[in-house]
Amino acid sequence: MAKAKVATTSLCGCFGCHMSLLDIDERILELIELVDFDRSPINDFKEIQGPVDIGLIEGGCANEENVKVLQEFRRHCKVLISVGDCAINGGIPAMRNMVPLAECYEEAFLKGPTVVNPSGKVPDDEEIPLLLDKVYPAHEVVKMDYHLPGCPPSADTLWAALTALLTGKPVDLPYELVKYD
Amino acid sequence: MSPESAAFVTGVCEALDNDPTRLLDILLEVEAQFGHVGGEVMDLIAETLKVPRVQVEGVVSFYAFLHSEPRGKVVIRLCNDVIDRLRGADRVAEALEDELGIHFGETTPDGLFSLEHASCIGMTDQSPAALVNDVVVPSLGSSKARRGIQVLKEKGDFDELQKLLIRDHGDGNNAHPLVRSAVRNNLRQPGAVIFGPKTKPGAALERALAMSPAEVIRELKTARLRGRGGAGFPTGMKWEFTRAAGGDERYLICNADEGEPGTFKDRVILTERPDLVFEGMTVGGYALGARQGILYLRGEYAYLRPLLEHVLEERRASGLLGHDIQGKPGFDFDIRIQMGAGAYICGEETALISSMEGKRGDPKTRPPFPAQEGYLGKPTSVNNVETLCCVARILEMGSGWFSSMGTPASTGTKLLSISGDCSRHGIYEVPFGITLREVLEMCFADEPFAVQIGGPSGQMVGMEAFDRKICFDDLATGGALMILGAGRNVVEIAAEQLRFFVHESCGYCTPCRVGNVLLLERLEQILAGNGEAADLDYLEQLARSVKTTSRCGLGQSSPRPVLSTLENFREEYEKLLIEPVDGQLASFDINTALGPAKALTGRDSVHFEQQGGER
Repeated sequence: MAKAKVATTSLCGCFGCHMSLLDIDERILELIELVDFDRSPINDFKEIQGPVDIGLIEGGCANEENVKVLQEFRRHCKVLISVGDCAINGGIPAMRNMVPLAECYEEAFLKGPTVVNPSGKVPDDEEIPLLLDKVYPAHEVVKMDYHLPGCPPSADTLWAALTALLTGKPVDLPYELVKYD
Repeated sequence: MSPESAAFVTGVCEALDNDPTRLLDILLEVEAQFGHVGGEVMDLIAETLKVPRVQVEGVVSFYAFLHSEPRGKVVIRLCNDVIDRLRGADRVAEALEDELGIHFGETTPDGLFSLEHASCIGMTDQSPAALVNDVVVPSLGSSKARRGIQVLKEKGDFDELQKLLIRDHGDGNNAHPLVRSAVRNNLRQPGAVIFGPKTKPGAALERALAMSPAEVIRELKTARLRGRGGAGFPTGMKWEFTRAAGGDERYLICNADEGEPGTFKDRVILTERPDLVFEGMTVGGYALGARQGILYLRGEYAYLRPLLEHVLEERRASGLLGHDIQGKPGFDFDIRIQMGAGAYICGEETALISSMEGKRGDPKTRPPFPAQEGYLGKPTSVNNVETLCCVARILEMGSGWFSSMGTPASTGTKLLSISGDCSRHGIYEVPFGITLREVLEMCFADEPFAVQIGGPSGQMVGMEAFDRKICFDDLATGGALMILGAGRNVVEIAAEQLRFFVHESCGYCTPCRVGNVLLLERLEQILAGNGEAADLDYLEQLARSVKTTSRCGLGQSSPRPVLSTLENFREEYEKLLIEPVDGQLASFDINTALGPAKALTGRDSVHFEQQGGER
């Protein structure tokens, strides 16, 4: 039987969830027995190669590129999982949702205390993705199949959820893995 | 604040013994005098009553009829419930905004007019309706609204406006010199119990006083009388619990805060049968061993207060209230009227009690039930207006007479408040057990498509339910029947009803405060054509959570518009749904999301063309 394909990406996240995935430590050897990685920061593929069984999304959507990547994941992944609080709620980046977008741009490119910008203009370079009007959680942009909460979800949580999905068992996380106080 | 104003405020407080539990009455009087309750006035009231200032401000901010900012001399409150809107309230709203040049929630710069919305003022049988200051203006069309404003602008005289708006008085006691209102009773079908032949005041009381209090309660149990507010709790049992609760101070409260949109039966009872209500209350006073009864009258019915006070005076004069009533030594009982101030939640009995105690109308945690610890912590029975009328009739005519009407488990008659798409809106007194179909024929509903039974907190049923019976075991209702004809969008109506609950939620518990907003958002998404099948599951799950986890009856019934329409009109939702493409949500619009950034950077998107989709 062919190994399952897994793809991962960090949208507007801090890569903390990916670090947490690496915290499965030596179990990564077991994981490699079960899966092949498609697009992921782990192998540095920039594009999705083909049909994917499980997609892991870290971070919410803050700009046009995030939306593009997320929609692409949705098109190619059978099962798509919001991993961590930013994908689920928008997280820390969503704190800007309380501030008008013009003020965000102003602070970032014009008036911030460490900004040096002799042009005095908001840059219009295509390399800088356009920001969305606010930060959206993943499930407000595409349909998400599962949500794994946590900041980040612990390695054990990720391990338990992934292995359950890969071996066709119900994702039944014990209380210790989804409690946060 | 001038010394005269300060003297007025302290005078009002003193007249009520500087009693903090009468804070609502004090604030209503101050608002009536100054048009609002300003910051300095709140300070003074707090100081005089020796309560924290935040308590005063909390109460002012809670009620729709109290304001901390000055408003216009003429305040127009247009009713915006579902039925009023179906019958053109939005056109009236547009006319008013256009004529005055302000939006709802604003006051004209000259300080003459304010425009506000009211949730439901109990006039759905003569909608659209508005309250102009305290005056009820029923059947208000947009041209009448325009003319009214023009007259007032020209003459600057409120009396002139009143003359124009109220050309002729309504029928019955609406034309009484103490009422003089344009409201019509629309009493389409009187029945044997409430609107049967009028009898001499005191007739029921006389029979009650010949029995012991326990025998009076037994009589109600034999009649199998159940509460008419909607829940249907056996009245005899409620009184027995209250009487058994001990202590020597007990209260009987008549809940005349009928606020369920589409209900107006208490309005007609209080207009035409006030004696019967007070008779029932007095019998209750005797049965419970209470010395004080309180009628909690909703602020919207303030126009009935002079009549009610007059009837109370008459009853005192003929020895039906006061000391040693009807010569019964030691039976002292009197009734006072407590005005409400425009809060739907106060119809819930524990919130009503909070409100009467001078607090925000927040519901209390039960148990303890009011029968153990109610008003001022004393055993209290809260009964519906119609229930108390039944009590009086049962005592007068006997429990056998009463229980011979209706069905075995739902005895007697029920008042139905019928409005919506039918040609004869109004009050129908029918025996319990009547089928919905018979009711619809009675009121000439031509093409009924759906019926909202029991107001927004009741249920919406379709044709397959038309042969069901109106009684506590089948279609239970507090009496509101809103009829929706063919062509009405039930999903839109469910959303409208949810808006009502979002507005009326007291905000105390999260499921109700937040859950209803989320439900409404998703409904609006579906209505905008962006819903998909999974959204119906989401609505169902969330609605169940709100229903099970809310603290009081408001939150527990607030998701019912969604649940009952999903159950009975699922195909109406399904018509609005779309198939998602590639798992993308139609509710997310990339062009809207990128609009501001495009304007700020002056460039187009690299990934998305204007029409959506990838470049």
